[in-house]
Amino acid sequence: MKPNLILHVIAKFVIPLIILFALYVQFHGDFGPGGGFQAGVIFSAALILYSLVFGLDAAEKIIPSSWLQKLAALGVMIYAGVGVASLLLGGNYLDYTLLGSNQIAGQHLGILLVELGVGITVAAVMLILFFAFAGRGRE
Amino acid sequence: MIDIVINVTLLAFLAITSIAILRMTNLFAIVMLYGIFSLLSAGLFVVMDAPDVAFTEAAVGAGISTVLMLATLALVKKPQKPYYSEAPRAHRPWLPLIVVIITGSALVYGTWDMPGFGAPDSPAQTHVASYYIDNALEETGVPNVVTAVLASYRGFDTLGEVVVVYTAAVAVLLLIGGRRPKKVAKSKGEGKQDEA
Repeated sequence: MKPNLILHVIAKFVIPLIILFALYVQFHGDFGPGGGFQAGVIFSAALILYSLVFGLDAAEKIIPSSWLQKLAALGVMIYAGVGVASLLLGGNYLDYTLLGSNQIAGQHLGILLVELGVGITVAAVMLILFFAFAGRGRE
Repeated sequence: MIDIVINVTLLAFLAITSIAILRMTNLFAIVMLYGIFSLLSAGLFVVMDAPDVAFTEAAVGAGISTVLMLATLALVKKPQKPYYSEAPRAHRPWLPLIVVIITGSALVYGTWDMPGFGAPDSPAQTHVASYYIDNALEETGVPNVVTAVLASYRGFDTLGEVVVVYTAAVAVLLLIGGRRPKKVAKSKGEGKQDEA
């Protein structure tokens, strides 16, 4: 790929902001618009921009594909694990109330963890999809 | 008043974009117009006070799916000189026009019975929505009702959605994923499949 100075400079400037925004959407989803799904997509968009500008190999050095597959499963595991944890604490499946000292704290912790699981899975899956499609063209 | 102006502008742009998509044969331009279409829809969702949906539409519709379609486009081989040859018309052009007009007017007639936008007595608002609006903050401590419903009240649904997203990744990996050495790929006849 022919290096393009303007693209490189702008991308390096913008990508950290996109990741920061993704984290904001992830952890501020309780209070403002957004949540795990949107945050995951925005986070993956930052890395997709990186691989569009700097090439696929550079992007795969940051997050290897084998990691992505494990991360995608990890997100689902976190979500389902919260449900199992509430089962073990004596509640219903995915009933967050027993996770904290009172109902509000429990719900807060449960929603935070669940959204985190959603975000990890969505970000990893979007990157897997992109790498799968873009990687085919390299042959 | 300003709402009406914005709505009319956005809807007009949507109509223009879709007509442009219909009349275009350059796939690259069509993919970019799809992205613009999604971005305009996201703007409409913001006007309709649905920022969560707008967020998703802008990120997924305008961002990721455009990139994925471009990546697919890069995989597809360049077409031969005649882009495609249309089959000769077997019917007169006014026949589909009449069908479309009748269907369209039937659909528009159907919308007359729909409740107004955001009407408090519409079936969507009177079932469980009022319970969520009344009790979500008290029961979950989360000010964003959408997040409370998605993650807490409808936690099972969201778990299912996450599994669906995960399944999509597994399916794509099984179909086209994985790094394979070039020689192995060709000996398996993958090259022929690509051309087809």
